[in-house]
Amino acid sequence: MKNKFVKLLSLPYLIWSAGFIIIPLIMVFYYGLTDKSGRLTFANVASITLPVHFKSLIIALLLSLISTVICLLLSYPLAMILASMNKGNNKLMILIFVLPMWMNFLLRTLAWQTLLENEGVINTILQLLHMPTLKIINTPYAIVFGMIYNFLPFMVLPIYNVLCKIDGNLLNAARDLGANEVQTFLKVTLPLSVPGIISGITMVFVPALTTFVISDLLGGSKILLIGNVIEQEFTLNSNWHLGSGLSIVLMLFIIISMIASAVFDKDGEGSAL
Amino acid sequence: MSNILKKIYIVLIFLFLYAPMAVLIVLSFNESKSRSKWGGFTFKWYAKLLSDSDIMEALFTTLMLALLSSLIATFIGTIAAIAIMSFKKGMRTLVLGITNIPMLNAEIVTGISLMLLFIFFKVKFGFTTILLAHITFNIPYVILSVMPRIKQLNPSSYEAAMDLGASPFKAFMKVVFPDILPGVFSGLLMAFTMSIDDFIITHFTKGAGVDTLSTKIYSQVRKGIDPKMYALSSIIFVSVLVLLILVNLLPNAGRKTKAEKKG
Repeated sequence: MKNKFVKLLSLPYLIWSAGFIIIPLIMVFYYGLTDKSGRLTFANVASITLPVHFKSLIIALLLSLISTVICLLLSYPLAMILASMNKGNNKLMILIFVLPMWMNFLLRTLAWQTLLENEGVINTILQLLHMPTLKIINTPYAIVFGMIYNFLPFMVLPIYNVLCKIDGNLLNAARDLGANEVQTFLKVTLPLSVPGIISGITMVFVPALTTFVISDLLGGSKILLIGNVIEQEFTLNSNWHLGSGLSIVLMLFIIISMIASAVFDKDGEGSAL
Repeated sequence: MSNILKKIYIVLIFLFLYAPMAVLIVLSFNESKSRSKWGGFTFKWYAKLLSDSDIMEALFTTLMLALLSSLIATFIGTIAAIAIMSFKKGMRTLVLGITNIPMLNAEIVTGISLMLLFIFFKVKFGFTTILLAHITFNIPYVILSVMPRIKQLNPSSYEAAMDLGASPFKAFMKVVFPDILPGVFSGLLMAFTMSIDDFIITHFTKGAGVDTLSTKIYSQVRKGIDPKMYALSSIIFVSVLVLLILVNLLPNAGRKTKAEKKG
């Protein structure tokens, strides 16, 4: 009796997620697989093979993979240091990484324009130090830079979370049994942190692959990623069918990374919260 | 790794994360409208801020959206989290899988899928459509931050309260709710933050004539950002910073209950 009442509490959410998560996704498939007259067609999805679209997908895949790898390389040592410094002070960590979100995302990214420009802050400092200057604004490098900047917290937090949960006794046991620091890391710490790594990779890869804002702001709108192509189909050309078709292609990659994270992270240990 | 190297590494990463904040604060005092030239120190952007009705309206819209969407999401999400914990395993996995969709899915896909929904059902784009979209992406944050708290609950205390004559509602409010409150609160805060910072989903679900700060800024990118935006962002950022420092200095209710339980 009581249990039945408790289950009823989920009703608003179940209705909400049916109406605003499931049905909208069905809409994407509906529009993506039909033409303007409502007939079934695969032309929208197949248009990914057009050189313009295909190129934008490849560039997006390339840049997001590079950003994901760099994020991982930067985040792992950081997460290790942070975990060793304040085990358990999870709240503070999250606050430090969430705080920048209170400054508008677009403005934060635009600020990198000021920093990275050919005559920008960083180059002025480099010139004063008589070092070679950077020419990266409006290039793919600047986009990678922006991706790393925006998505780094999504890599650090899950890894930090799993590292905090590792039982210190396991590490001591490994050392007692004669493993050196490198072996302890490779045999104990690294395998135990895989759920965090996988969750971090999906949390960085998906937004990086699908962004249109970062490429717009830092790439000088010359470099089109798949996200830019889809955005333009929706907002400029109002071709919802083509935009949806390309989104279906994009979702394939998202689903692959979702499955990967579900397989490796069954208990949701690596979740950022 | 030596301790000094570790500290240098942390400082470098935080410089990287917080450098744009410094740039924006400096720009808010810049006499010149250009982002790359320093034209001298001025307070004028701050002084003119309140009289700019466009920006004030966008600010009001942004805050109303964040407030309404986070409150509604917190309500729906919290009761859903309680219910989900009572589900059988298979059903629970399914519902949590659906909950994960907006978090793992690309924002652009969430944005266009909602846009298509509104187009299909001929809903007029405006404040309401943005609000519905924000509630949708906010609920998962609430569920995921409330659920760990519910897992930690001791079911016998709820049953004990009922045995002692409390109604289910009263038992919930007196026994369960205080324990999950920190999770509810952090979910609310997270949802509020996400709503404030959102651009992509708002971009696809807003109608002509309605602007949040984000969409307003995006529309200014080509013609040059109004420096009053830097001033407003700096004010918001610094006030949140001060607020967080204050909250963290005050004794924390959530941590206290945890300590009591352990003791």
